[in-house]
Amino acid sequence: MAATIQIQVNGETRDCRADATVGDLLRDLAIKAERVAVELNLEILDRKDFNGRSLHEGDRLEILSFIGGGAPTETQVTERGFVNAE
Amino acid sequence: MQNDPLIIAGREFQSRLWVGTGKYKDFAETKKAIEASGADVVTVAVRRVNITDRSKENLLDYLDPKKYTILPNTAGCYNVEDALRYARLARAAGVSDLIKLEVLGDERTLFPDTAGLIEAARILVKEGFIVFPYTNDDPIVAQKLVDVGCPAVMPLAAPIGSGLGIRNPYNLKIIMEMIKVPIIVDAGVGTASDAAFAMELGANAVLMNTAIAGAKDPIAMAEAMKYGVYAGRLAYTAGRIPRKLYATASSPIEGML
Repeated sequence: MAATIQIQVNGETRDCRADATVGDLLRDLAIKAERVAVELNLEILDRKDFNGRSLHEGDRLEILSFIGGGAPTETQVTERGFVNAE
Repeated sequence: MQNDPLIIAGREFQSRLWVGTGKYKDFAETKKAIEASGADVVTVAVRRVNITDRSKENLLDYLDPKKYTILPNTAGCYNVEDALRYARLARAAGVSDLIKLEVLGDERTLFPDTAGLIEAARILVKEGFIVFPYTNDDPIVAQKLVDVGCPAVMPLAAPIGSGLGIRNPYNLKIIMEMIKVPIIVDAGVGTASDAAFAMELGANAVLMNTAIAGAKDPIAMAEAMKYGVYAGRLAYTAGRIPRKLYATASSPIEGML
């Protein structure tokens, strides 16, 4: 059985393969790499490094992309966190 | 006017109406309204991807980044640190260094925290960003934003989403006269005459979202705003007559009985 680790993605805990990279995770989630920004433990990654960065137990990832927006809206960034897209 | 491009930081824009992409019913309506507005710059927000429901469509499937200049914002940020984080994420998610910088000071008014705004702008300009700051109608703050390297300034007409129109035309006029970079009036317009008024004052462009997206018929309002901005720009360049208290006859007296 392949070893798994626990990581946090957009505030939710999930399991992933112990040898997975950021690129692998995006593919598993069916997210197009060219449309997103990825922050790994508060470090913003360069897109070309997605496939080279391996994930470790307890890593915190934020995956963000563009949505419709103003003129600023009523939504507010939570303390040190992110507002979820609709 | 055949050719009247707006040039900011070496980039040429054809439209003087810029629009936000929030608050629409769906992406199809967003796309139609933006097409009707004739805008070639659209603002977007940066938010978490929905990882549990991947069936959700992506805004960029509807707005071709080759056709539109995508201007990400830092909407919802109430301090310098968050605004910097969102600006850097926007650059990582996109293809350009453009950022519409918002550092808000208060949830009820959504007025900018101008001290934080100037500080964030200074840092981002140093990092190579092309910063479009959303600011108050304060000429001194506008000048400070130019001094730290912003290639345009975006003063508000009225509180965001309020539809109150141009609340302080005299301050805006002073900004237009004092500030040597393009001025984009951002936020607070309610209808086409507000947009025309902003342009008549000498604004180089107008940015809006709620006035279009919140109208009963957003697509018709988008078109109305296009003409409002166009008429205002044309009137500004044509040069209006001075205001006078008494009448001046248009028909000659000569030849009367």
